[in-house]
Amino acid sequence: MSNWSSTDDVAESLQRSGYLTDPRIAQVVFLADKLEKPILAEGPAGVGKTSLALALAQATGRRLVRLQCYEGLDEAKALYEWNYHKQLLRLQSDEGKAWHEIEGDIFTEEFLLERPLLEAIRAESAVVLLIDEVDRVEMETEALLLEVLDAFQVTIPELGTVTAKDRPIVVLTSNNTRELSEALKRRCLFLHIDYPSVEREQRILLAKVPDLPDAMATKIAKTMRSIRQLAVRKAPSVSESLDWARTLLALGVEDVDAKITVGTLEVLLKYQSDIDKASRELLEP
Amino acid sequence: MIKSLGSFIGELRAVGLPVSTAEALDAAEALRVIDIADREGVREALAATLIKLPRHRAPFDVAFDVFFGNAAPAEERAEHDDTPPQGAESGVDDLIAQLAGALRSGDTAGLEAAVRRAVSRLSGFQKGRPVGGRYYLYRVMQRLEGIEEALAAGEELSGLDALLDRDDVAALLERLQAEIRREIIERLVADRGPEPVARTLREPLVEDLDLMHATRLELERVEAAVVPLARKLATRLAQRRRRGRHGRLDLRRTIRRSLAHGGALIEPQFRRPRLSKPDLVLLCDVSGSMATFARFTMQLTYAISHQFSQVRAFAFVDAVDEVTGLFGTGTDFAESMARLSSETRVVAGDGHSDYGAVFRDFAEQHGDVVTPQTTVLVTGDARTNYREDGAEVFADIAAQARSVFWLNPEARRFWDTGDSVMRKYACWCDSVDEVRTLRQLERFVEQIALPQHRPSRKLASGVLN
Repeated sequence: MSNWSSTDDVAESLQRSGYLTDPRIAQVVFLADKLEKPILAEGPAGVGKTSLALALAQATGRRLVRLQCYEGLDEAKALYEWNYHKQLLRLQSDEGKAWHEIEGDIFTEEFLLERPLLEAIRAESAVVLLIDEVDRVEMETEALLLEVLDAFQVTIPELGTVTAKDRPIVVLTSNNTRELSEALKRRCLFLHIDYPSVEREQRILLAKVPDLPDAMATKIAKTMRSIRQLAVRKAPSVSESLDWARTLLALGVEDVDAKITVGTLEVLLKYQSDIDKASRELLEP
Repeated sequence: MIKSLGSFIGELRAVGLPVSTAEALDAAEALRVIDIADREGVREALAATLIKLPRHRAPFDVAFDVFFGNAAPAEERAEHDDTPPQGAESGVDDLIAQLAGALRSGDTAGLEAAVRRAVSRLSGFQKGRPVGGRYYLYRVMQRLEGIEEALAAGEELSGLDALLDRDDVAALLERLQAEIRREIIERLVADRGPEPVARTLREPLVEDLDLMHATRLELERVEAAVVPLARKLATRLAQRRRRGRHGRLDLRRTIRRSLAHGGALIEPQFRRPRLSKPDLVLLCDVSGSMATFARFTMQLTYAISHQFSQVRAFAFVDAVDEVTGLFGTGTDFAESMARLSSETRVVAGDGHSDYGAVFRDFAEQHGDVVTPQTTVLVTGDARTNYREDGAEVFADIAAQARSVFWLNPEARRFWDTGDSVMRKYACWCDSVDEVRTLRQLERFVEQIALPQHRPSRKLASGVLN
């Protein structure tokens, strides 16, 4: 547990780590810390779900342990695995000894390959555990996560049960490509991170692109809102709006207008049909 | 607080939001550790513990305003209101100016005060009168018609500035409407108590909307929920076998690998199981009687064909035409819908569905797309308009396919009444399901995953013949 006393406290310490929160994010982080529950952050790509975890690690001074999920992720890649090769070498070097002498030796720490989940549990000091894109794993792997998230302990048959000394702060992220199981959602605090409001985006722009004039930041943030409202296939995210701001600066643009926006839409939109649609809308509102 | 939390959760469940006991306990626990004087903070804390789907947030917010709003009695509000009684037009102009000023400058307290005045004066609110909040909201907004103009920037804008200003005004109007709505809810609650007010404000959840009769606006909300479901549907329909972790033993790699252990075959290597790609054919009735539902099935088609390449989509009324290209990668849904009516040949005669002609056309022109690996998904009400039903042709198509599923948007009790011939097709299908809401579609998707729910078609047809 950290020493945050209020949501303002949370917002402030995250801001020092370069992450601008909004009241919702601050409240959920505060609760997660107090109730020791994992955060399930969901929302469109590029709104800062993963960077929330990074900022949390920095703000709390904890180490970040990251488990990147993908289809086919299994226990051996997520939890632990025995190092066969090393065990085999050990057996060969001990040739001639009795089995009971060796048996105890090859199932020890030395031959254990720690994977992210076990690493987070066995860490000496508490960590921030990021389970990224959890919607990509299959149902069975999700069940494995449930077990770990519930008690923060793992049973390794040959070694016994390992329990976490300090509960890590856990952040799971999902892009909602499939619905997660009820059981997993029930155990988490749900945090929907959407595209930022005009005010927040403006603050993010000013914080991340230092040379940007205030007026430009406002205008970029408003243009982003208008483009996101166009029902495009892939709406531009915060990272794209930062790229755009940098592009405009590099081009020496002083005032954003429709022509310049249309000329630089490639930075914001990734599909030709979206670019066509946005150009049409921008040129003849 | 705990008591209102109890009734609040009761209301959420009554709306249809799934709140488990564990989540209710989390919410109570959350209230113990946060600052409960901060209402918006309480809102976020309860939302984080109780709501696990973004689309459930809007109904949650309405219920929250009812149960945790500022429920000071109406008399107290009236005291703050020293302006002359309702009616005078000059008063309305003043109000508009105050509201617009507060909105533009982002002055929250000023906005709240102005909204309170506006509701007092314009809503015609009467205690004990059994009308819902929507009526009052409508009345106030109607009287405040001029506000849009007052909000717009004074000078003539052009190009990008005009567009941005338009969206600014729209956002501020939305904000104003939300504030007025909240004020009205608070007054209603002060008058009648939370439970009855919450009851009148209930709206069906997105997953419970009747897709046959949904409005365009409602369908837009459905759209967002369809994408993950479509993906699940396509993968489930296409699964060829149960996915094991391993494929067949790969002897070559196993031996190669054994060299590291001095030739001991200690670590068997397996071929990766081939990922099955959905080989899916969609056949969608888009006739007039199905108009609204057709929009939904096309959304589904659009979502599926954007994620999987081996999907062929066909639309039909009294003729059938392929629409795969229309909805494929790089297309825009609204445009595709427009092109569907202008560029395809789905109507050959009078524009009433003709299943007989359609199945015949399909078998003749596109019969080759159905192979023993293909899953066929038909959506339609099976209403033939008393024309030929073409059941024998359908049976041939079904015999060629690996499996056939039929989704019917009509209530089951209307099947086989009038010109509906659902039964004649049903015996050639793996299953026929009533799908009028997203929830039913989800149930269908869940079911087809379970092998025991996959009746053999031969058996089903044998029983009926």
